[in-house]
Amino acid sequence: MSDEGELDLRSLDDEELTQQIHDDLYDGLKEEVEEGVNILLERGWAPYKVLTEALVEGMRIVGIDFRDGILFVPEVLLAANSMKAGMAILRPLLIATGAPRLGKMVIGTVKGDIHDIGKNLVGMMMEGAGFEVIDLGINNPVEKYLGAIEEHQPDILGMSALLTTTMPYMKVVIDTLKEKGMRDDYVVLVGGAPLNEDFAKAIGADAYCRDAAVAVETAKSFMARKHNQLAAS
Amino acid sequence: MTLVNVSPSDEFEFKPGRGQVLLLACGALAREIVHLIERNRWTAFDLQCLPAKWHNTPAKIVPAIRAKLQEAKGHYRTIFVLYGDCGTGGQLDALLAEEGVERIAGPHCYAFFSGNAEFERQADDDVTSFFLTDYLARHFDRLIWTGLGLDRHPDLLPLYFGNYTKIVYLAQTRDEDLAKKAMAAAEKLGLAYEYRFTGYGELETGLATRAGKS
Repeated sequence: MSDEGELDLRSLDDEELTQQIHDDLYDGLKEEVEEGVNILLERGWAPYKVLTEALVEGMRIVGIDFRDGILFVPEVLLAANSMKAGMAILRPLLIATGAPRLGKMVIGTVKGDIHDIGKNLVGMMMEGAGFEVIDLGINNPVEKYLGAIEEHQPDILGMSALLTTTMPYMKVVIDTLKEKGMRDDYVVLVGGAPLNEDFAKAIGADAYCRDAAVAVETAKSFMARKHNQLAAS
Repeated sequence: MTLVNVSPSDEFEFKPGRGQVLLLACGALAREIVHLIERNRWTAFDLQCLPAKWHNTPAKIVPAIRAKLQEAKGHYRTIFVLYGDCGTGGQLDALLAEEGVERIAGPHCYAFFSGNAEFERQADDDVTSFFLTDYLARHFDRLIWTGLGLDRHPDLLPLYFGNYTKIVYLAQTRDEDLAKKAMAAAEKLGLAYEYRFTGYGELETGLATRAGKS
């Protein structure tokens, strides 16, 4: 999707520029994405509109092509890095302008596991979709999850694992929540390369999310259900 | 007059397609398996390998093994699978249980080379270790450096390896060149280096117990 030669982003109209940001995200061109985001803001776009229409939509396309085997992990990481750079510009503005908040998520990689590429992607896309994300990082024992849940009172708990040997720890966390009578207070989403739906069901999670886009859609769907239940009660 | 050397030969060459026990293995173990077969003069085994590069895409492993099992049925007395779980999330074991086929115990080759109990014992200390075997040390540049795109995008290094602290080279053979390669890999990744000689560990014992089952 790269174009030859220098392109003056300021010469593009809003629609062309948004399209160009999608392309630059796809190509992992961090500086260009930053420049595009700044231009849209200068033109009076609301930070939330820049986030959703330029960045999140761009990453959605990246996600589809990754799923279809057109893009591979390195390209996705470069795209994610570019989105992260754009998010860094928007984050303070989103807070200042009171952008819509869909819910809150605590997310972390489980004990014994230090892999965080997928978890970071999910966190970023969830943030882009309007969730407040508290990222606990890697190698989290159950106490760390419980502490964060108590402190932040999230709607969703997200757990990630890349190893067959560490994924059973998710059950330890869920069982502890059950023991404490807290399990039904939170939506528990799990993800990671070796997981599947059967595993998620077996350990008592609410859903398995095979990638960041699915995580966002699943989280949105659970939040919508929660709001409907509250409205009905 | 023709002179014939009648002294016993130490050489034993593995010839595929002869044994009655099929070893269905990850390509990353091929060299080690053939070496063990030849060193121990095991005649029971045939060997088929699947691409080692699937280490990076484990979703391909289970369907390929299913197909291989279908192909092999009726042609062998027994099949023994030489794979760890290898990121299949239990799906490989589910398939093998369905097919009534055994595999070597352990979540991955690092564990069965080290010995599963020993690997488990060290697990807490090894959380931030990235393991290399002889195979991975030999093919580090192709499988890991290029395979992860670090040749094209070295700036991704912290994203892939930022949480690791050391390379642990689990050596199957005492090979100085491979140890140098492993050390160079650690340097390239900016990680500390540790050498642990494992030998063939439970790969050898697992094969030995099946060498007589023909």
